[in-house]
Formats: sequence, structure tokens, C-alpha cells
Amino acid sequence: MVEHRRFGNLLPHLILLAGVAIVAFPVYLAVIASTHDNTVIANGQMPLYPGTHGLETYWNTIVSGTGRTTRAPVGGMMLNSLIMAIGIALGKIAISIISAYAIVFFSFPFRMAAFWTIFITLMLPVEVRIFPTYKITSDLSMLDSYAGLILPLIASATATLLFRQFFMTVPKELVEASKIDGAGPVRFFFDTLLPLSVTNIAALFVILFIYGWNQYLWPLLITTRDDMQTIVIGIKKIIDVHDALTEWQVAMATAVLAMLPPVAVVVLMQRLFVKGLIETEK
Amino acid sequence: MANVTLRDVRKTYPGGFEAIKGIGLEVGDGQFCVLVGPSGCGKSTLLRMVAGLETITGGEIDIGGRIVNQVEPAERDIAMVFQNYALYPHMSVYNNMAYGLRNRGMAKPEIDTRVQEAARILEIGPMLERKPGQLSGGQRQRVAMGRAIVRQPKVFLFDEPLSNLDAKLRIAMRVEIRKLQRRLGTTSIYVTHDQLEAMTLADILVVMNGGQVEQIGNPLHIYQKPATTFVASFIGAPPMNLMPLASDEIASQLEGVGGEAGILGIRPEDFLISSEAVPGGIALELTVEAIERVGAETFIYGARQHDKGGIAARPGELPPGEVIVRIPGAVAPAIGERIRAIAPREKLHLFSADGRKRIEL
Amino acid sequence: MEPRAIFSGRLLPYLLILPQLAVSLIFFYWPAVQALQQSFLVQDAFGLSTEFVWFENYVTLLQTPEYYHAIGVTFVFSALVAFFSLTLGLLLATMANRNIRGVQIYRTFLIIPYAVAPAVASVLFIFMFQPGLGMIARALQRNGVDWNPVLNGTHAMILVVIVAVWNQISYNFLFFLAGLQAIPKSVIEAAAIDGAKPMRRFWTIVFPLLSPTTFFLIIVNITYVFFNTLGIIDTATGGGPNGATQTLVYKVFQDGKVGTDLGGSAAQSVILMVIVVALTAFQFRYVEKKVHY
Repeated sequence: MVEHRRFGNLLPHLILLAGVAIVAFPVYLAVIASTHDNTVIANGQMPLYPGTHGLETYWNTIVSGTGRTTRAPVGGMMLNSLIMAIGIALGKIAISIISAYAIVFFSFPFRMAAFWTIFITLMLPVEVRIFPTYKITSDLSMLDSYAGLILPLIASATATLLFRQFFMTVPKELVEASKIDGAGPVRFFFDTLLPLSVTNIAALFVILFIYGWNQYLWPLLITTRDDMQTIVIGIKKIIDVHDALTEWQVAMATAVLAMLPPVAVVVLMQRLFVKGLIETEK
Repeated sequence: MANVTLRDVRKTYPGGFEAIKGIGLEVGDGQFCVLVGPSGCGKSTLLRMVAGLETITGGEIDIGGRIVNQVEPAERDIAMVFQNYALYPHMSVYNNMAYGLRNRGMAKPEIDTRVQEAARILEIGPMLERKPGQLSGGQRQRVAMGRAIVRQPKVFLFDEPLSNLDAKLRIAMRVEIRKLQRRLGTTSIYVTHDQLEAMTLADILVVMNGGQVEQIGNPLHIYQKPATTFVASFIGAPPMNLMPLASDEIASQLEGVGGEAGILGIRPEDFLISSEAVPGGIALELTVEAIERVGAETFIYGARQHDKGGIAARPGELPPGEVIVRIPGAVAPAIGERIRAIAPREKLHLFSADGRKRIEL
Repeated sequence: MEPRAIFSGRLLPYLLILPQLAVSLIFFYWPAVQALQQSFLVQDAFGLSTEFVWFENYVTLLQTPEYYHAIGVTFVFSALVAFFSLTLGLLLATMANRNIRGVQIYRTFLIIPYAVAPAVASVLFIFMFQPGLGMIARALQRNGVDWNPVLNGTHAMILVVIVAVWNQISYNFLFFLAGLQAIPKSVIEAAAIDGAKPMRRFWTIVFPLLSPTTFFLIIVNITYVFFNTLGIIDTATGGGPNGATQTLVYKVFQDGKVGTDLGGSAAQSVILMVIVVALTAFQFRYVEKKVHY
């Protein structure tokens, strides 16, 4: 439009740059801090440019941990986080897609009851059922195990709803053609439905991976062994604020490592991420 | 005085694409000007430039004696009716119409008077409290018009307002718009791709193609004396028959014309089926290939004998060799029959071989 | 909801829904029932016997000042986060919606906070606000502010609010941007022709048309504060000082760790369940009705 906007197109850029600064500064600072020596940091003398201790710090962090506040190397924690995140993401996707498949493409007694049962789990996030769920996990001897980290979190109403919505847009004719071609429900699922669902699955994977990687409460409760810790809860032990001996450079290196995979996933798969975000909230 | 003048107006997009290539136009006070042309010809872009919704790369736009190139849309004293009406979905019909007046700080009682008057004229009084989502397409269109007329602007701008209506409603609304404009006497610029709408509404008709003006003038004059083959085939339906002729054919068929190749044009309704001689005119031997009866008239599609090769078909133009003949009534020759169609000299149109110039016969 | 085309097979559908139903029943419903059950019981000091006491646990809870304090904390926390995070998200989205170059780059940066775990985000800000060595903490000290989130409840609350606002910016930004892009450009143009200057256009046209998105995001932000900020609180303030940052969920967590009052802890959980149901029901009613991208 022909409009006399003050400063022309400068204003949006200024504001957006300010936004980016707010968003990026804490991350930037963490990266810088992870490359400096702890004494410099603890004295409040840390500069804004990178230091020289980066390689050494990261190596120590990943391979040997701090020795003082945590006995587990962060490398191991990252592995646990990875297994948990991928397990949760794949687990949620797998059981949701087949549930949605059953609900949309089959007619059977208690179909709607099953749907509502799944739907209502939306209203029961783990924070609301913390200790009873812990007790059950404990009774099943799943504490301090990958199964315990993953299984209690994988019933997902959101994924089921998303798949259901998507399946309902699949034309009836496709199913009928498949039947005429002699394909049973299993063949149809693998040959036709699954390929069609790939984008949705990918988008969901991004969201669920981040959800899984960033879990805090549940892993905190059910892991007591140091070698089962995930990186997101491992961080807490490192920066116990009441202990003046915090190794800040290690803490920041850990934070950077904890952020790296989910941020990388989101940035590299931006389009899928945004799609997944919007689809799961509909 | 609310006339609109365009002087050598140009628009080039940042990527280099020239959408408007130097257009000059003069719309007098109270006149109804129609911009017509195929999709992509730039007519909507030009209208939006007059509105201030698009920037101008070169030339001047003058509204009521004032050059408005740098003036914001709100300051140009114009009102616009959009193709999809662009009503404010969250406001009632009353507030849709009152919005513009409120923005200008008009007093409540006067706003009410104007809105009620407009509602009366457009017969939308009973709907004043409803929201646009509850109205039909035709009703929304009238609200959009109501929003424009309460402003009592210098110029009305219409951007294909009837395109989204069904055929019957379109014809009814067309007449309404014209009557309304005459009554209010407001200078109007109207964009459409429908040549029938253009013909019936315009005082001044502007035929556009590829960012340029093909012809400006009175609709009837344009119909009777099209300046280029584009105009000839765009205005009038079914389109004018255009037959490319080599120089010797022109010399032999038409006396008194120079010996260059050219394009001969004859409108379907200017033919007569007859075996009489036609001195100075044209006679064609046709084999009937198809017949369309629409009740009051019949269209005959015939293939010319002695096929001439020629120009690739342009939109609206017939494939070479095929001729459309219109006859009144419903009695028509049978398919496969051979007929002779004649057209007198005064009904012939001749154009240069590139179709860009009209040659007077 | 009609099934698309019916496959025959008596056993298969049940097999398909079995995994999800099993996990739901074992890890979702059974604990919920247990919590409900426990909320009606009281254990004696040694945990040897339990007594059915109807709603006594609830009544006790509602008479405990700490519980009301936690309600207040949660309320204030939600309101502050919702207000600031939504405002920032909306501001950034309106700027990103103008046709300027480089929008993709800005967007790439602005979605980063979403990927950062709340607990990790907390660590980043703890570092900046750590009295003595944090950049911002020292700047505050230099300007005469005695910054100390360990001792000062208000400071602690400010810290966690900042972290939460930072964490939620991406989400609000993305949804506001989608909402803005769903408004037809011609409506904005019509308003411009109707004499509305940019600010007036924003408040009279854009903001009202954005209201379904706004309502939706308010609920999401409230839900986030209620249920996803445990990591932040645990790392940054531990609920302190003196419960200044103890939200309802955090209180359940802390009380449960101590483990003396299972009935009370369960009652708190049940109350939270009711709140979730209310929030979710509200959200679905709004999402169903007007929001469409």
C-alpha cells in the first residue's frame, strides 16, 4: 500500500531483531560460558567472546562428568535421553496409528467406548497422577529401566486424534479399490495407508521427539541410578545453586548439549515442525 | 469536479516484470468507465493503483484535479467494492457501513441518517443487525455497496464485484449498479473480465491486454469499429470470425485495397445465407459441421472450402477454416449441407497481418 | 463419526487398539483411580492402618493456608506469563506478517525456545541471574537493586516468570502468525480505504478477528504454567523461598516426596485433575468452534 509508515520498513526489522536477540542471547551466553575456565566465570569476569577451554570442557563433560556433583559422564546421559526420546516418539506413533486405524476403518462393539477411553487420557497428564503411577511402575519392577522411562508416557490421545482426523480424509473409494484388488486390512495398512501418512508421521515425530527429550518430572522420579539419568535432569545436579562449588563451565556445556538435539531437529525440520504443531492443536 | 485522469501510468515489480506499460485515460465527472480484458491484463492492478493499494512506478494519477500518487488510500476520498466483498466479519451490517464514517469522526446522528438512507436504497434495512456470515452472496454484495455509498466519495471503484454471483443474480445486480450510479452521479471505474457486463455498463470502455490499452471509447463504437484483432475477438459473443488472407487473396477478393497480407474479420450476425451476388463484399462456401439453437437465433459452425493455413488460434479466435454464422429464428440447414454465406463490404473489417492495426475499407 | 469402509475381522480391531488401551488402563486410569481412592483415606502415623474419611482430606486441604498460597502463586504465575508471553508473541507475529525480506530467518530463530526443555531454559537464566557472577545479576547490583532470588520471594517469582515467558514465546508467535495470515488481505485493505490508520486497523479489525486464537493461546499458556513448569521451579528456586514459587503441581510433588500425608497428596492430585478437565473442555469448545488455519 501507499502508506506513510514511520521509518518505512525499518520498524519490523528492529523489533524482530530485538526478538531474536532476546531469544538467542541466553543460548549464546551458555555457549560462550562453556568455553571458559570456571574461575573466570565465578569471578564474574566472563567476557562476551569465546574462550579457549571449549574442547577440554566438552571432552570432560561428555566423557568423565564433573566428578564432584555427578558421577555420571554426560555422554551417557545423552544416550539415555536419546533412547528415551526416540522410544517415546516411536512408541506413541506406533500405538496411536494402529488405534486410529482400528477406530476409523473397523466397526466393532465398544468402538466408541474405546475412542473415548483414549481421548480422556488427554486430561490425565503425568503431573496429575505422579505418585500412583510411580507406585505402579515400581510394582512392575520398571524403575531405573528404559521401559519404565518410556512405557508410562506413550499412551497419546493427541497422536491418535491426529491420525484419526487424517484417516477420515482418506477417500472411501481407495479402501474399496484395495478390497477389490484382494488386499486385506493388513495389506491395505502397509501398502496404502502408511505411505499416505508419511508426512503426518514425520511431523508428529518432530513434536514427540522434543516432548520425550525434554521430559523432567517422570525421569526424575523413577531413576535413582546415576547411569540411568537423562541429560535434562542431570543438569539439575550439576548446578545445585546452594553449592558454591558449581562448575559453571561444565553446567553450561551440559546445557548446550541438552539443547543441541531438539533445537537441531526443530531448525532442520522447520516446516514439518510447524505443521505438526498446528495439526496437533486442532 | 471528480474526474479521474491517468497520465502515462506505469508499474514495474521489483523482479522486473512490467505489469502496466504506460496507460493514459480520462474519466469525466459522473462517468462510468469499465476496464475489461482477460486475466492477467493488468486491469485489477490499475484499479488498485487508483485506489492506492499498489504503488506507482511512473506517471501520474489525478483525482479531481489533485495528483494522488503519494496520497494514502484513506485520503483519496474513494470507496471500493471488492470481488469477495471484504466485509468485516465480526461487525454487524450497520457497523460495516458506519465504520468508515466513524473513522472520519462524523457525528452519530449523521452517521445514522446516512446508513439508514443507504440501507433503504439498497433494500437491506431488515439486515442491519445481522453479521455478514448470516447473509447470502447477493445480500453481502449489497452491503459492500452500501459501505461504499455512505461515504459519498468522489470516485467509486469496483473490482469484479459480480464474479462470485450466479448468472441470474449477476444480470439483476448489473442493472441495479447502473441505475444506482446514474442516480448518485458518482464517477466510477469498474473492472470485469466479462465483455457483456462491460458493454452494458460502460459510458467509456477500456479494453486492456498485457498491461496496455488496446482501445478506449464508447462501447458501441468499439463494437462496430474494433481497432485490433484482439478487441475484435474479445468484444462480442460469439467472437468475430477472423480469417488470415495472403496478399493475393486480399487483392482478388477486395478491390481497392493495397496488396499486403492481412486479416479479414466478419461478425457472425453480419452474414446472410444467400446465393445472390455481392459486389465488393465476400462470399464463402461452407459445409455445415455443427448447429446451436438457442431459441431466438441459431449459430451455424461451418468449414470453409479451400482451407487457408494461418495464424495459430488466440483466445476467442476460431481455428482457421471454421466460420460461425448467426441466423435469426430456429430454421437451419442440416449438418453436412453446403451453404453460401455472404457479407456486404460495409460489414467487413480488415486488419494488418499482425492484427495490431485497423485498415479502413 | 461413520467408519470409512468396513473391514471385516472380529479379532484384528481389538488387537490394534489393545496396546494403547493397555497402556492407558495400566498407567493412566488405574493410577487415577488409586489417587481418587486414596484421597478418601487417612493413614495413621505408622502407615499401618487406613481409615475411610469421605471428604475430610479435601476439607483439611482447603483450610490449609499453604494450599491457598499455592493457588495464589499459580494464579499470579499464570497471569503474568500469559500476559507477557502473549504480548511479545503477538508483537513479533505482527512484525513478521509484514511482507519483509528474511522472515524465514527470523522465524528460524524465534522457534528455538520451544525446543529447549523448561529445566534447561531455567539453567540458562539461572546463569544470567546468579547473584555475583551472572551478567544481568551484576548489572542489577550495579544499579542499586539488591537482586537475590534465593532470599527474596518476589525476585524468585520474577525469575521463573521470565524463564516461562521465554520458553513459550515460540508457540505464541507461531500461532499468532498463523492467525494473522488467515485474515483476508482484502478486509485490511477495505479498512484502509475506510479511513483507518494502521493502529486503528489493528485494534478494530485485526485484534477482534484474532480473538479465537488469543483465547486458545491463553488456555494453552495457563496449562503450560500449571503443568509444565515443574522443571523450571525445581531447578531455579525449589519452590522457595518460603513457598513463593510453589505452584499447585509443585506442591503435590514436594508433599509427595515427603510422603507423610498420602491422602492429602492424593486429594491435591484429584483437584488438579478436575482443573485439567475444565481447561481441556474449554479448549476443545473453542478450538472446535472458530479456529481454523
